[in-house]
Amino acid sequence: MKYQPVIGLEVHVQLLTNTKIFCGCSTKFGAEPNSQTCPVCLGLPGALPVLNKKVVEFAIKAGLSTNCSITPRSIFARKNYFYPDLPKGYQISQFEDPICQWGWLDIKVEGQELKRIGITRIHMEEDAGKLVHGDSEMNDGSGVDLNRACTPLLEVVSEPDLRTSDEAVIYLKQLHQIVTWLGICDGNMEEGSFRCDANVSVMPVGSDKLGTRAEIKNVNSFKFVKQAIEYEIQRQIELIEDGGTVVQETRLFDPNSGKTRSMRSKEEAHDYRYFPDPDLVPLVISDEWIERTRQELPELPEQRQQRFMAELGLPLYDAEVLTASRALADYFEAGVAAHDNAKAVANWVMGEITRALNDSGAAIEICPVSPTQLGGLLKLIDSGTISGKIAKTVFDEMWKSGKAAHIIVEEQGLVQVSDSSAIESIIDGIMAANTGQVEEYRGGKEKVFGFFVGQVMKVSKGKANPSVVNELLLNKLKG
Amino acid sequence: MKMTIADVENVARLARLELSPEDKELFAVQMAAILGYVEKLNELNTEGIVPTSHAVPMENAFRKDEVQPSIGLGRALANAPRKTGTFFAVPKVIE
Repeated sequence: MKYQPVIGLEVHVQLLTNTKIFCGCSTKFGAEPNSQTCPVCLGLPGALPVLNKKVVEFAIKAGLSTNCSITPRSIFARKNYFYPDLPKGYQISQFEDPICQWGWLDIKVEGQELKRIGITRIHMEEDAGKLVHGDSEMNDGSGVDLNRACTPLLEVVSEPDLRTSDEAVIYLKQLHQIVTWLGICDGNMEEGSFRCDANVSVMPVGSDKLGTRAEIKNVNSFKFVKQAIEYEIQRQIELIEDGGTVVQETRLFDPNSGKTRSMRSKEEAHDYRYFPDPDLVPLVISDEWIERTRQELPELPEQRQQRFMAELGLPLYDAEVLTASRALADYFEAGVAAHDNAKAVANWVMGEITRALNDSGAAIEICPVSPTQLGGLLKLIDSGTISGKIAKTVFDEMWKSGKAAHIIVEEQGLVQVSDSSAIESIIDGIMAANTGQVEEYRGGKEKVFGFFVGQVMKVSKGKANPSVVNELLLNKLKG
Repeated sequence: MKMTIADVENVARLARLELSPEDKELFAVQMAAILGYVEKLNELNTEGIVPTSHAVPMENAFRKDEVQPSIGLGRALANAPRKTGTFFAVPKVIE
């Protein structure tokens, strides 16, 4: 029998606020354990949580950017369970009336039409603390660090609209791009700022009855999401074919083995006994507030891609690469503002700039060559002052010294030689010194042409204008 | 309203309480009485009435996103029954 996988994702997005969601403690990463705590996030009796307004603003931005409706009146709820990293014995979250509902993202699967993935809801909640195990000092126990407790999160829940691991990864990447683009999340998956749980089930092809799903935790890279989902689909199919049944459970992905395994401690059915948190008053969001936030939204990646194609005439591939991050798109546009040749700027940003950034491990935000400087370099190429080959040398020098392109060209005398007589005399010298190769060429061995071009470039130290060289060489070699 | 021993055991498990057989019997009767009392509300017609989530007519209490000093490690850990370094120490938790 053929099986159809059904996948839904729950993504936790850690928000880039200065303080926690319900208290003024800092959210800075890497502080000494428990040093960023107060009665509210320690869950001490009588402490009152107060909502961080920035969290609401970020949630509205996320909702508007994923085509959600913003709930005019939403409330917070207590989700009750016991775990050592949860000091109050409940997590403050949203259950009924989450802040955003009924959204969607259109994902682009290569070679297919756009596919719409529903977003059921986005809600605000607090993170739990962190458990540390296996430290020799712990004497076989575990340690609790509550610095992370009460850190603001958005949970983005998709509809079970995804059908393959590739679709899941594309959806996830698009969501990741949006929240980092909005500047509401740093997107660091290793530090857990963007984490994903996957709900996976399989059903016979043609069936409309969903199979029992397993929830896979701890899939914290795009690669692991793909691996975990593929493993889990295969596991469930084999289980069913062997006459077994899939049980609803939470499974943990182990990156080392590439497998998922049952988390026995949480096997029992959840009973969270949600109820409205009386400590937090209802959140009412007016139409004015929503409109104001909408005005503040940056141009989103999708819109920017469209504009790069329509206004700047870039191909789809370039538009996609250049909108990988907002900083990269900003850099590119500043480059175009400095030099009005979008395709040339695009090629250099995707080529030399990206290569140099990768080599030095730097981010585009701190690129040593500014967009204006890049524009200056491209002007020299387009005006014929320097050749494309020399431009790479100039670029490397700009990267090292931070100097402007025209200054480097002047200092090092790199101006391209387009003067025919100067190039002709070089060619004459080379032909005189290599009569054998001249004969070969004239005898029909046209490959030797490349040898002559190379020689001219070598003698002119790369400064000879290649098109002039080609033209003159052709004429002279013909004899 | 009927409360079975199994219902009491379920609530006790969720609350991490260990109850003696006598307690379970007693609580089943008491909880049934409490729920029966509250169940009286079901006699009212509440159709079309929005459920009350909060008793206080207030909304939108916010803080600004400005860092306030934390209370310090000494005070944060003062009530910890056990600690290791600056961690709260708990029995081993395995996932």
